[in-house]
Amino acid sequence: MNAQPIADNLFTADMGALVGARNKETGHIFFPLPLNPNNDIEPIPLATRGTVWTYTVQRFPPKPPYIGPTDPEKFKPYVVAYVSLPGQTMVESRLTGIEPEDVKIGMEVEFTVIPLDPDAPPEEKLLIHAFKPVEGE
Amino acid sequence: MSDVCIVGAGIHPFGRTEGRDGMDQGIFAVRQALADSGIEWKDVQFAFGGSAASGSADNMVSQLGLTGIQFINVSNGCATGGSALNAAVSAIKSGEYEMGMAVGFDKHPRGVFNADPSEYGLPNWYGEAGYMLTVQFFGAKIMRYLHEHNISRETLGRVAEKAFRNGVKTDHAWRRSEVDLETIMNAPMICDPLTKYMFCSPAEGAVALILASEKKARELGVPIIRLKTSVMRTRPAGSFEVFAASIDNERGGTATEIAAKAAFEQAGMGPEDIDIAQLQDTESGAEIMHMAENGFCKPGEQQQWLLEGRSDITGALPINTDGGCLACGEPIGASGLRQVYENVIQLRGTAGARQVQGDPKTAYTQVYGAPGVSAVTILQR
Repeated sequence: MNAQPIADNLFTADMGALVGARNKETGHIFFPLPLNPNNDIEPIPLATRGTVWTYTVQRFPPKPPYIGPTDPEKFKPYVVAYVSLPGQTMVESRLTGIEPEDVKIGMEVEFTVIPLDPDAPPEEKLLIHAFKPVEGE
Repeated sequence: MSDVCIVGAGIHPFGRTEGRDGMDQGIFAVRQALADSGIEWKDVQFAFGGSAASGSADNMVSQLGLTGIQFINVSNGCATGGSALNAAVSAIKSGEYEMGMAVGFDKHPRGVFNADPSEYGLPNWYGEAGYMLTVQFFGAKIMRYLHEHNISRETLGRVAEKAFRNGVKTDHAWRRSEVDLETIMNAPMICDPLTKYMFCSPAEGAVALILASEKKARELGVPIIRLKTSVMRTRPAGSFEVFAASIDNERGGTATEIAAKAAFEQAGMGPEDIDIAQLQDTESGAEIMHMAENGFCKPGEQQQWLLEGRSDITGALPINTDGGCLACGEPIGASGLRQVYENVIQLRGTAGARQVQGDPKTAYTQVYGAPGVSAVTILQR
């Protein structure tokens, strides 16, 4: 068994994008898809490229309900950003492939998936969403 | 219409009191407020009260006395105290009652507030993947604000430095020693750009206020502190609140902006008429944003304000004269009422070492919290 997404309905079937929600009446787009969406809501794939609107860095290991690595010796601070997807919404997401010190507001990023615990055995890996700097930018 | 007056104020010191639960701290504050106004519990006709983590406020009657009083519990998150006060004011304004009480108390465990995603309508993965932390929200929000308005990180440090400086002079404060700017700036980062000293901590404490009609206040012969307005508002579209997995690209206003506007309109005043302000400072960034959201300066001017000491006790508009949440900690149910307590003391001129000079006559409070609620009061002597 390979790595699994951390939750159903978070990603599209090909894991190529996040699934957002669109209100059919108003056109309002948000994330994530509600657990029990009403009839006005339809799922839509979210854009895979956007820009960093703001960010912070989680510097200490969170308590439960967090289930990622928490060993203070091994815990690696992670960047939490709001990524603005043009014409859609701003998605809260980790950034990957970049050190916290190098993150800039306005930088271009693209969608990817990462394991919540990189050190977990492959079959136990849970995949979460992230955005990474666009190559060559 | 005649004004509602605050005729008594009591506080249980904030911080940590081992061996005394939250409600007992509430009882302590009520007894102090009763003594302060020179009345007895049986004279109190009604009460609104609340706590987030220390039980139902109406249970206080078993210790205060079974007088049959109307006692309504308020549960409104960080605006619990402000909402209790708001309801108490309405009860007197309606003419139904002449004298009542607003009380708030709490006792929280140490460390960051733990939150359950399902209580916020969020899927479990949101917590499991490490997003369910209030500190991330505070960091991300002020990171954007500093960027947008070209404010230095050092300004955040100056807010904390001021808070601890004021806390030294405050009997009810928790943090009673100064911390210099360099220590604040170089302290461990919690969520960028905020270091450890720029965050308040969950704490304990209680505040009780006795309110009365103007007629009743005159009968009591106590100093008259008028509550010119008490306004509570919820968030408008496009605001940026805690635990948001997404926020709209199109940005909107804030709950504080609409509460402030309504409060100034109701009081027939403007920001320029205010002598002292107590503003929500869950972390340093909150005070900076709230200076502008309440209309006391334009966004971006905060850096100069802090550099020049304009919000110091000796400045043009003293802000958070008792050290605010940063020095007092944040017992959710009591926090908003602490701000009002501090203004009562300041307007009476009995604040001792932290007394604002120049005979202040108007004082403003603003409490803000999850999930986008804000409560404002304006007092006048």
